[in-house]
Amino acid sequence: MAQLTADPLPNHDPSEGHGHGQDPEHAHNPFLAHHFDTPRHQFEAGKLGIWLFLITEILFFGGLFCAYAIYRSLHPEIFVYAHYYLDTFWGAVNTGVLILSSLSAAWAVRNAQLGEQKKLVFNILATVALACCFLCVKYVEYAHKFHEQTLPGRYFNPEHEVWELPAYQKAHGHAAGAAAVEGEGHAAAPAEPAPPGLAPAAGAEVKHPPPGAPVRPRNVGVFFSIYFCMTGLHGIHVVAGIITWLWILRRALRGEFGPSHFGAVDYAALYWHLVDLIWIYLFPLLYLIH
Amino acid sequence: MSDHQHSGNGSPESGSRRDGHHDELAHVTPVRLLLLIWGALMVLTVGTVAVTMIDFGGQTNFVIAMAIATIKAGLVVTYFMHLRWDRPFHTLIFLGSLLFVSLFISMTLLDKSEYEDSIQEMYLKKGQ
Repeated sequence: MAQLTADPLPNHDPSEGHGHGQDPEHAHNPFLAHHFDTPRHQFEAGKLGIWLFLITEILFFGGLFCAYAIYRSLHPEIFVYAHYYLDTFWGAVNTGVLILSSLSAAWAVRNAQLGEQKKLVFNILATVALACCFLCVKYVEYAHKFHEQTLPGRYFNPEHEVWELPAYQKAHGHAAGAAAVEGEGHAAAPAEPAPPGLAPAAGAEVKHPPPGAPVRPRNVGVFFSIYFCMTGLHGIHVVAGIITWLWILRRALRGEFGPSHFGAVDYAALYWHLVDLIWIYLFPLLYLIH
Repeated sequence: MSDHQHSGNGSPESGSRRDGHHDELAHVTPVRLLLLIWGALMVLTVGTVAVTMIDFGGQTNFVIAMAIATIKAGLVVTYFMHLRWDRPFHTLIFLGSLLFVSLFISMTLLDKSEYEDSIQEMYLKKGQ
């Protein structure tokens, strides 16, 4: 690009031989790379490139969706049991946050296309802010899970049994929770033998489940392995999105985007919508299990 | 860097950027449409949460949740990612990727129970 600004002569590079040497606009346009004939040529090439990248991303996440499909079809009871440990409220909030950030990203593309400089900067900032908001909620959720030890694989050793959780009591009526408190006094037989490896630490109080409480299925940790892999990989993509948007913001502040060269904003937005798209599926798959 | 837009030079971009669509590189989505799609996505999100409160029995809840997610994904892809106004080839490769993901998942699901016997045997040996 540098040589284009430095050299105002139209025939600066006769060796290219594409016949566009006569096009004075080409020589003056600092945002048209020398290997493209026209802004449209450049835009279409970039667009195809970003779509191919998005396709690889879909296939990449496909592996995790496959793992999810296999474990859920083999052991639906694990998913039903474990999903009470997730907070639907925070999941729904994050869905709203991401959808709003998709709106601001799509709006930013429009601003770039129309050359609305101030609105473009505002919408990029809004997208970055909402993406950070998403990560903050994710941090709250992850911190809670680490605290509660609802962790992947054999590290699943929850502080609270499922019938003690508000989500479970809400779904099954408060009677179940009340029975749990009552159950403490009764000399009920320990209905749930702790599986080896999941045995509570010495000195931990033994909790008696209320009648009708579900027995913890084997390998509940598998759900949390899948949960952390899927949301973790998605979170990494959100971080990558923030970095991309900050780069776009820097270029926008330098006035690098306009009606004939808004490609980068468009491509960043396409990537961002894909991140939103994956969350649209992750939310019901992980949080809304029935 | 400031004179990159050729404003005032009579370049086609500056002349037609607000009215006609003929010289633009891509379709400019109207604000009303953006807001409408956002509203629809929010309504569907609230709807998918609300619908989990009702037990339809069997796999119906799962099917409803996935159907709503697919409608939302369709809105995002068609309007936010402007596939509606884009080259059909991009739609083709996008749908192609979904086809291959579904092939991948369904072929893998075909023999998911193949090792179940040996797994059960292992747990029996371990006395669980």
